[in-house]
Amino acid sequence: MTFLHKFLGATAALGLSSAAALAEPAVIFDLGGKFDKSFNEAAHNGASRWAEETGSTYREIELQSEAQREQALRRFAEAGANPIITMGFAMADPLSTVAPDYPDTKFVAIDVTWLDAPNVRQIGFAEHEGSYLVGMLAGMASESGTVGFIGGMDIPLIRHFGCGYAQGVKAVNPDATVVANMTGTTPAAWNDPVKGSELTKAQISQGADVIYAAAGGTGVGVLQTAADENILSIGVDSNQNHLHPGKVLTSMLKRVDVAVYDALTAGTDLETGVFTLGLAEEGVGYALDDNNAPLVSDEMKAAVDEAREKIISGDLEVASYYATDSCPALDF
Amino acid sequence: MDMMPKWAEVTLVPLISLVLAAILSALVILAIGEDPVEAVNLMVTGALGSTYGWGYTLYYATNFLFTGLAVSVAFHAGLFNIGGEGQAMLGGLGVALACLLIPWPHWTLALLGAAGAAALFGAAWAAIPAFLQAKRGSHIVITTIMFNFIGAAVLNYVLVNLMRPPGSMDPATARFPEATHLPTLHDILLPLGINFSKSAPANVTFLIALLACVLVWFLLWRTWLGYEIRSYGKSEPGAKYAGISPVAITMIAMLISGALAGLMAINNVMGEAERLVLNAVEGAGFIGIAVALMGRSHPFGVLLAAILFGFLYQGGAELALWTSIPRELIVVIQALVILFTGALDNMVRMPLERLFLMLRRGRA
Repeated sequence: MTFLHKFLGATAALGLSSAAALAEPAVIFDLGGKFDKSFNEAAHNGASRWAEETGSTYREIELQSEAQREQALRRFAEAGANPIITMGFAMADPLSTVAPDYPDTKFVAIDVTWLDAPNVRQIGFAEHEGSYLVGMLAGMASESGTVGFIGGMDIPLIRHFGCGYAQGVKAVNPDATVVANMTGTTPAAWNDPVKGSELTKAQISQGADVIYAAAGGTGVGVLQTAADENILSIGVDSNQNHLHPGKVLTSMLKRVDVAVYDALTAGTDLETGVFTLGLAEEGVGYALDDNNAPLVSDEMKAAVDEAREKIISGDLEVASYYATDSCPALDF
Repeated sequence: MDMMPKWAEVTLVPLISLVLAAILSALVILAIGEDPVEAVNLMVTGALGSTYGWGYTLYYATNFLFTGLAVSVAFHAGLFNIGGEGQAMLGGLGVALACLLIPWPHWTLALLGAAGAAALFGAAWAAIPAFLQAKRGSHIVITTIMFNFIGAAVLNYVLVNLMRPPGSMDPATARFPEATHLPTLHDILLPLGINFSKSAPANVTFLIALLACVLVWFLLWRTWLGYEIRSYGKSEPGAKYAGISPVAITMIAMLISGALAGLMAINNVMGEAERLVLNAVEGAGFIGIAVALMGRSHPFGVLLAAILFGFLYQGGAELALWTSIPRELIVVIQALVILFTGALDNMVRMPLERLFLMLRRGRA
């Protein structure tokens, strides 16, 4: 009898634990890897914060090749992972074919907003709005009237960043010059601090005294060189103010970590559909902390906060590169 | 010259190299606190244990076959073509243009057309470095590397500005029309009663790659042209003395090499992705060099080496999926194989040669 009880108890526990394992969520990191100091790392931080707080676990993979996108999606979906969080616009196409095959699995697509799939939570960020605010700060902090922008690769997403930034700069100083460069043409461009450093020097020689880096790991080199050469820089994605206190003007925050954390917290109950996280939702913003407080005067802060309110209320519209495939303030 | 018998040269040397690489990899896996036996088990079952695994292994192998053959042909002419990456990228552009601009009635015709375009674009991209080498003496290693970057820039510009469908923010072309979709191994083997995995990307291109192996072998060892290519590769002055034109051989060998690298695009662009993405080649051009080195530039060796690398890729993917072995370590394992089979060849070869010499003396 006791044996039977134990046996039943054991099988029940086994059943429970396997059910729990089935509901385990999964995160698919893009080619940059989860320690890219930027986009994927933000997701990794959000997911690990969730795991620590809840004591739960999640499966993860860092993609190594294009063919693995669909493969990882299918493998996780077949193993019962739910929800499955994917990073980056390049997952849009594989998701559009895989998601309909697993209608009971929920997917989260970060940086994708254009799919027609009922079981996908698509999260886009209004990077142009956040970039507009840091652009205003750059325009006000610049003494030379020339500011720089260093992107990773010349792709629509990065043009989107640069376009909002240039509009912000021009809003406070219509005569300002925006120097824009891209790091490279291969995926290595997202992790090339040396090239970032060279581009920073080149932009300084053109008169730039504030430089915004939207280039993943390459930005580390931009921020370093800007600090060495005694000019200001602007970080991206996560708060990078602490990297060089007093030298980083601000950081354009893109709260991928919050989006991932929220999705994991919601678990299988998560709401699907298209969500755009902008200033109002605090999905994007600019970072202000002890490290950059001396750099941002009350006047600058007031101007930026006013613009922020106006953007949220709709009085001020920042043109999105995505909407028209072109930018009013910057040529690419 | 013949220090050891042919069979030992082609089997023992690579096998011992592989075993050494495997032992070192096992030590590395042990050092990070994972179980190497389980890891190997996972790799083997993941890559070769099911038709699904084979489907991915053969898909990667097809890519490496084309780029490996491309490097081999150039090797035989004494040319080091490092531009497989760029040539395959441009081949992809050719495939995308052929598939999107021409309304093909059936996949067979589309395959012929796209293969032609891929070979043409790949060859064209190899033609400029080849011309510079043949006529100006600019070293082909340098120029082909530089053309990889130019190729990436061209592709980036074309995808972002010209071929991206409106509304999509992904720098990639639209999906190719239904009629250009190539049959996968599942579709081909089903009539034969074999139920090959449906979700694996291996497709009819694998058979074309095998055909390319045979054709390259025939070209190199059974034709005048192949003889000229090999003589030129062995000794340029000798070939010149025999009346072989260095300019012609350099150009022809590089054009064939570029066309083979370009042909890879029918596998990854047309067969798998069914659209052209920015990162379509993802290093297969460089892996081709390792494959050619390991396969001793012989088509059959290239086939075996390509399958080995396909196994490493797919096995590595399974490791990344189901263990906590970081992907950087999987790259380390792949690199160890390249290191031992390609770079440290002599480390295995010399002791083996000495051993065989001793055996021979003992007999004499």
